[in-house]
Amino acid sequence: MIYLDNAATTLQKPDAVKKAVMEAFDTLGNAGRGASEPALSASRMIYGAREVLAGFFHAESANCIVFTANSTESLNIALKGLFSEGDHVITTVLEHNSVLRPLYECREQGGELTIIGCDEKGNISYEEMEAAVKENTRAVVCTHASNLTGNMIDLRKAGQIARRRNLLFVVDASQTAGVYPIDVQELGIDVLCFTGHKSLLGPQGTGGMYVRTGVKIRPLLSGGSGVDTYNPFHPSVMPTALEAGTLNGHGIAGLRAAVGYIMETGMDKIREKELSLMRCFYEGVSRIPGVKIYGDFDAEERCPVVALNIGEYDSAEVSDELNVSYGIVTRPGAHCAPLMHQALGTVSQGAVRFSFSHYNTEEEVDSAIKAIKELTE
Amino acid sequence: MRKKELKLVVTFHTTADAMAMEKVCGEHRVPGRLIPVPRSISAGCGLAWCAPPEAREEVLEIMAEKGIEQEALHECMV
Repeated sequence: MIYLDNAATTLQKPDAVKKAVMEAFDTLGNAGRGASEPALSASRMIYGAREVLAGFFHAESANCIVFTANSTESLNIALKGLFSEGDHVITTVLEHNSVLRPLYECREQGGELTIIGCDEKGNISYEEMEAAVKENTRAVVCTHASNLTGNMIDLRKAGQIARRRNLLFVVDASQTAGVYPIDVQELGIDVLCFTGHKSLLGPQGTGGMYVRTGVKIRPLLSGGSGVDTYNPFHPSVMPTALEAGTLNGHGIAGLRAAVGYIMETGMDKIREKELSLMRCFYEGVSRIPGVKIYGDFDAEERCPVVALNIGEYDSAEVSDELNVSYGIVTRPGAHCAPLMHQALGTVSQGAVRFSFSHYNTEEEVDSAIKAIKELTE
Repeated sequence: MRKKELKLVVTFHTTADAMAMEKVCGEHRVPGRLIPVPRSISAGCGLAWCAPPEAREEVLEIMAEKGIEQEALHECMV
């Protein structure tokens, strides 16, 4: 099998991640529930993971890191907990449903939403973004990279708009955390949402968010916190304020090890390998007649993703054929990014997405190019 | 691309239903496999059960017996 669906989830994880999860099964009690050795082991491990992630994203404190199950949960906590009736939010057509659907719910409840469009290559206009700011605008909410095209949003530019206009800046880093360095302080990010199981190389069911000190988010969940038991309300002190119930300690142990692996290996090295595989694949398939590729490949920075179609063939059919006849794993159809498909004109056809990991090889890329060539013949 | 054949395609409301279908069909040797939903069919879930048309009765029977709800049933070229 040649696995080229790493934007959905990375299949191959570092050995250190597997080892950390297995060890956690033997050692971790429930973090924050007592001072027994197993409970403290869990508390120490999770605190260590907060420190590691705080360092990774240049957060001002480990207490700014909240653990969740994935980006979707982080985004729901952020978007439903930050905005109120009458608030206007600016977002983009590049967004995943995990951003769009919570924002549509906010709109249902009396919020306002402006969605910035894109050009034919799938890039947004920052002038349009700034021009959309109104008196009641509260925030710019955007992804760091489209999960469909791999195009990136320049966080520096979007962050500058947010800062200049005194807006909150919420970023979905689902496709970039672990591949591109993100300095939340330098970029002026107020809330960063990330998932553990994609390019951070951790287990599924792990994720989290960075919340800038002082940014108040109404909790989505309340309940067990291990502290302040007789308070009828959930504690408001971070990170406990946004973490109700037992955390996924076993998964977080894996995530911590995964981030350690990335730092040890070098994020630049990982990114260069992935982009070189992507570039090699792109060069190969872009020469094949009948292949249509989406996204901006002239951009300086992009994610290691290539979405394409062959002629008018249904993307589901192409992906199934790649899977059944060649053992090449891709993702077809719509990619939970409805507005991006509308903008690219691929609502009916969908797109076949190839996404690369640094564990992939040039031989695998060559096989994928050969398969596409054969399918077009 | 390979030549298309006429198939029976069952779509589901949720991925959970599609997985239940694969499980019971495997257990009861009902022919077919899960495929990504063809674009000619609009479906709630991204997976569909694709079987030879002659297995129609068998497929419907196992679904009724196991209480698996279909979204729609199609006969189309896949």
